[in-house]
Amino acid sequence: MTTPVRLEGELTIYRAAELAAVLKAALAEAPEGEPFVIDLAGVSEMDSAGAQLLMAARKSAQAAGRELRLLGHSDAVREVFETLELGALFGDVAPAAA
Amino acid sequence: MSLDQSLQVFIAEARELLEEMEAALLRVAEEADPLESINAIFRAAHTIKGSSGLFGLDGIVRFTHVAESVLDDVRAGALAMSEDMVALLLACGDFIRRQVDAVEAGEPAPLPADDAEGAALLARLQRHLDADAPAPAAAPARTMAGVDDAAAAEGGAEHWHVSLRFGADVLRNGMDPLSFIRYLATLGTIERIVTVHDAVPALDAIDPESCFLGFEIAFRTTADKAAIENVFEFVIDDCMLRIVPPHSRIAKFIDLINDVPEQPTRLGEILVRCGSVTAHELEAALQAQGQRDDKPLIGEVLENRGAVAPQVVEAALAKQKQVRETKAQETQSVRVDADKLDRLINLVGELLIATAGANLVARRTRSSELMESHSTLSALVEEVRDSALQLRMVKIGATFGRFRRVVHDVARELGKDIALEVSGEDTELDKTVVEKIGDPLMHLVRNAMDHGIDPADLRAARGKPAQGTVALNAYHDSGSIVIEVSDDGGGLDRERILRKGIERGLVEAGRMLTDAEVYALIFEPGFSTAEQVTSLSGRGVGMDVVKRNIETLRGSVAIASEPGRGTTVTVRLPLTLAIINGFQVGVGRSIFVVPMDMVDECVEFSAEAGHDYTDLRGQVLPFIRLRDLFQMSGTPTARQNIVVVRHAGQKFGLVVDALLGEAQTVIKPLSRMFAQVRGISGSSILGSGDVALILDVPLLMQEAQLARGAARGSESSHVPA
Repeated sequence: MTTPVRLEGELTIYRAAELAAVLKAALAEAPEGEPFVIDLAGVSEMDSAGAQLLMAARKSAQAAGRELRLLGHSDAVREVFETLELGALFGDVAPAAA
Repeated sequence: MSLDQSLQVFIAEARELLEEMEAALLRVAEEADPLESINAIFRAAHTIKGSSGLFGLDGIVRFTHVAESVLDDVRAGALAMSEDMVALLLACGDFIRRQVDAVEAGEPAPLPADDAEGAALLARLQRHLDADAPAPAAAPARTMAGVDDAAAAEGGAEHWHVSLRFGADVLRNGMDPLSFIRYLATLGTIERIVTVHDAVPALDAIDPESCFLGFEIAFRTTADKAAIENVFEFVIDDCMLRIVPPHSRIAKFIDLINDVPEQPTRLGEILVRCGSVTAHELEAALQAQGQRDDKPLIGEVLENRGAVAPQVVEAALAKQKQVRETKAQETQSVRVDADKLDRLINLVGELLIATAGANLVARRTRSSELMESHSTLSALVEEVRDSALQLRMVKIGATFGRFRRVVHDVARELGKDIALEVSGEDTELDKTVVEKIGDPLMHLVRNAMDHGIDPADLRAARGKPAQGTVALNAYHDSGSIVIEVSDDGGGLDRERILRKGIERGLVEAGRMLTDAEVYALIFEPGFSTAEQVTSLSGRGVGMDVVKRNIETLRGSVAIASEPGRGTTVTVRLPLTLAIINGFQVGVGRSIFVVPMDMVDECVEFSAEAGHDYTDLRGQVLPFIRLRDLFQMSGTPTARQNIVVVRHAGQKFGLVVDALLGEAQTVIKPLSRMFAQVRGISGSSILGSGDVALILDVPLLMQEAQLARGAARGSESSHVPA
């Protein structure tokens, strides 16, 4: 199982550029054929920019022929996912952290 | 825009809306078909509620919600817009204004339940709603319990479809689509929301700070379209919002499918997932869509489905165009800081002085080329001056508009039926004058209503209509603005005023006074012939303050009256305070300036010594010798001149040595040390650097009249006043 990319702190517009780079790098490094896993347990806050970033990550993963998996949804993440009904998009994920 | 800035905008707009609401409430009584006005009142309350919600101003939302419910009933015809209702709603407007003021002061808006006045108003509003209670299922919608509860009531909730595509800059501008969706949820229930992520690029292509999100929302609510639109007010310029109302024909969804960037099948899928259309309807719609070669126009589609008659569609489209045009016209103005405007005027003033100085230098060089270009420069500077001063001019209509409310409330208080007639609302005057003239005018209007308008029975006996009229009129007259406050009441009681004047020692008994002089006694401090002191007037502290305030503005006030018919108070004010066209005259070594718009003509001085009047083409023209008035030493020149000035319809002359011509005059006020000097209203710096004194023509005219009166007296002949 690959080491998940841990996102900590604010997943918001203020760090969007920085985190985009992080995710891009992580996706590039990870071995082929394996799911691209993002751990969200440490996310303290999330806004639309953050949600959008996850959608972009999903597209990138798809383009690379990999599956995107999210886990450890923190409360902040869960609230946003519920409001925007994003659960279906990212597939059901067990809430337990890795 | 920071939160603080947008809050400021909210406060300004809330105040404008409250003004509109008040104006509409006052109109309603007079109109044959008040539907437009009632709608305007509803919309105002409605918009305030929505905007307050965005800022989390709970107190305002709760109060406005109840008022809005009552207005909704009125709109639907279930409640009448009676006089009492108007008064109640006016009071509600006042309370909301108080809440907005509190917000501006940085305090939380008072919750209606916590505030005595607010609670009382709420109780009254509630009584109207209870009296009109329809089926119990909808009743929860009216309580104060919370806006979300209202939406949950099954009775009125409908299924809407909201389609959103946010613009690229939304996130950069500090907005978050999430907060708008959360707020939308307070107006109803989001049954289903599908996030449209089709436009979101992959990580290597994305600009993480741009927004590529869209949403399709199935929304269940009792709110109307305007309320839903209002949720997105702050982001409306930066997103595509489409709302499909409940019970819409499939044609509406065809249009939605046509409008959005995504593929029809893709959007169709989303719509079905939202539950806004069924799979079957969708198929039928896409088939119909595919069969047409061109995109159907909305009107056509509706007509073809037999949904709407063609004339109705045309009328609706015409109305839409009209609304768009009037909106374009209304938004032609710009908000400007008053300070910036004042700074500009000051700079223009300095510019004028500098240009005058440069002009002098140019003349000394005798270079015709230089003088010509200076002449061009001066002309342009004059135009700049005119434009700058125009910026400070505002229409008096806004001030007059405020009085409608006053007349309405005071009439109620006095139990008299009084209407306000207004004319000359487009007359413009300087901004600072407008601000200072409001209170004196208010006092005059109240006086007219309280003392002027006679009680109903007396009016009937005099053959006058039962409704009394107070009229406000404004117009320009030779460099001044004239404001008249008149009433068709009982007029002034000359005898009583004269008696009171003698009583107070203002007049010697037995002295002959003209009507105008008797009426002018009212302006003496402490003077009042009112038999009863009411809360409005009668204490005698009003009229003298009014006169003083007007004179501080370099204006004058006069009264005319006809017993039994009515009274008119005429206020005159100068048009501009800062820069005037001046006519320079020389007396001895001093230079004085006379406001150009008061100058009628100049004639050679010829009069018999010792007399203070001359013959001007057969008319008596009183004059003042400035040299004597200002006690200047030296001998007058051989050939003196008279400058004939006109003010308030009367002429008199100023005897001077030399006529020096026209010049732009920047008025600098006199310092307090010289405030007591009579006859001088200000000073000005000439191009040469010398100081010229500006003559106070109205005051000098009074002096001339007194002189004339004395002359008449000494001739002991009766000349009609």
